[in-house]
Amino acid sequence: MFRWDIVWQFLFSSFIFQAAWTTLWISVVAQSCGVVLGLFIALMRMSRFPLLSGFARAYTWFFRGSPLLVQVLLLWDGLPKLVPSLLLPDFAVILVAFSFNEGAYMAEIIRAGITSVDPGQMEAAKSLGMRYSLAMRRIVLPQAARVIVPPLGNEFNNMLKTTSIASVIGLQELTGTAEIFGSPTFSIFELLIVATFYYLLLTTLWSFVQGWIENRLDPNRSSKYDLQDRKSFTARMLGFGSHNGGGTLVSGR
Amino acid sequence: MSITSTNGKNISRSDEMVRAEKIVKSFGNLTVLNGVDLSVKRGQVVVIIGPSGSGKTTLLRCINHLEKIDSGHIYIEGEMIGYREVNGKLVEDREATIARIRSQIGFVFQRFNLFPHMTALENIIEAPIHVLHQPRKEVTERAMALLAKVGLSEKANAFPHKLSGGQQQRVAIARALAMNPKLMLFDEATSALDPELVGEVLKVMRQLADEGMTMAVVTHEMGFARDVADHVIFMDKAVIVEQGPPEQIFDNAQNERTRTFLGMIR
Repeated sequence: MFRWDIVWQFLFSSFIFQAAWTTLWISVVAQSCGVVLGLFIALMRMSRFPLLSGFARAYTWFFRGSPLLVQVLLLWDGLPKLVPSLLLPDFAVILVAFSFNEGAYMAEIIRAGITSVDPGQMEAAKSLGMRYSLAMRRIVLPQAARVIVPPLGNEFNNMLKTTSIASVIGLQELTGTAEIFGSPTFSIFELLIVATFYYLLLTTLWSFVQGWIENRLDPNRSSKYDLQDRKSFTARMLGFGSHNGGGTLVSGR
Repeated sequence: MSITSTNGKNISRSDEMVRAEKIVKSFGNLTVLNGVDLSVKRGQVVVIIGPSGSGKTTLLRCINHLEKIDSGHIYIEGEMIGYREVNGKLVEDREATIARIRSQIGFVFQRFNLFPHMTALENIIEAPIHVLHQPRKEVTERAMALLAKVGLSEKANAFPHKLSGGQQQRVAIARALAMNPKLMLFDEATSALDPELVGEVLKVMRQLADEGMTMAVVTHEMGFARDVADHVIFMDKAVIVEQGPPEQIFDNAQNERTRTFLGMIR
């Protein structure tokens, strides 16, 4: 029979807090590394040098084409057999595997974002004397971000749940902890309810954060900002009025 | 106020701002420039006219290396752009060198290409701050002066999507001028505009020409070409068919193709 008291007992226990924290930080670190990796893979993929784009293609092909669970096990079990001296700690195995895997997916998302920006933007930046890297950073990526963030949100949401794979190598994140405490007492169901609660809590919190980020990148928001606050603010800071002040700033030219 | 302060300095070095020799450029099987020569002298306004697909836009884009060329040479103030000679062969130049030369050439696009995530003012100060590393305060003052010059002081903090086409193009011109270019290239700057907005952009271009800016202009505005150009080039089918002072081209064209084209425009 189902025992609510076990649910309540574990819901606010320090083991579960610890496990939820592990789930969260693994997700955040792996996702962040995945975004950075993905950016480089995306840029390599779009490079005109065949060696770079070929490597990026192969990378994406491998990491998207094989299961994450297999990649984790290959790294955990297989790597020490190939290179005996290289024995990574469990959490490092998870972070490396998750980051590399996520990098492949993010690369495609970022590439789509960059291609969505009008090529005229890069041309305009170049015509002003910007080099590729500066133009990418200041002009193209800020515009690509609007296209990248919604699928990135999906990816992070997935990441929070995919961390459960870490339990197969004994890492005590939410799912692993639920199994460890649930199995000996035959209360695995109760513990999984507790874990589910925390997964939902984390993904819900994330959806708020994502909404906030998307709102900040929304052009309509910036236009409201533009009309109400920004104008008066700059007008005050620079000390010219909205209609006839500009000319007074001309100094010796 | 003059925005051509850099123009006065290097007169002794070369009278020629742009020199293009035997430019050949093709896209796949289509040859868009077939041995084109071009010279733009300091302070000169050269207007390039011709039917669509004649290669005039491509020629302009080659000047600041937005397009690679298949053969030929292009010099900006005597310095080759885009390529350097290694053992008698032309190889593409280093990115930094190309960027440095480009920073001295203003380019105005048909589709404006303002940065939509920045206000008009931010569009203008972006490159002087991040490319030329000039102090923000000084650049902002200059940008406001430029906005006043193009009649858009009150739009400094507007985002591009809140501006009309004509206003966007004037901001784009101010953005190019903020780099203190020694040469301005205009690629059909008024072709994407509603008819009633063309005049305000042409007025700014005319003013620039009056101030002595060196300009190469691709346009379909024949009135502008006749009034402002020092030299008119008529291109058709990847070659320069005829060139000369505006009176000659517009009133006394020697070539049949030039006359036919001008006849269709009128």
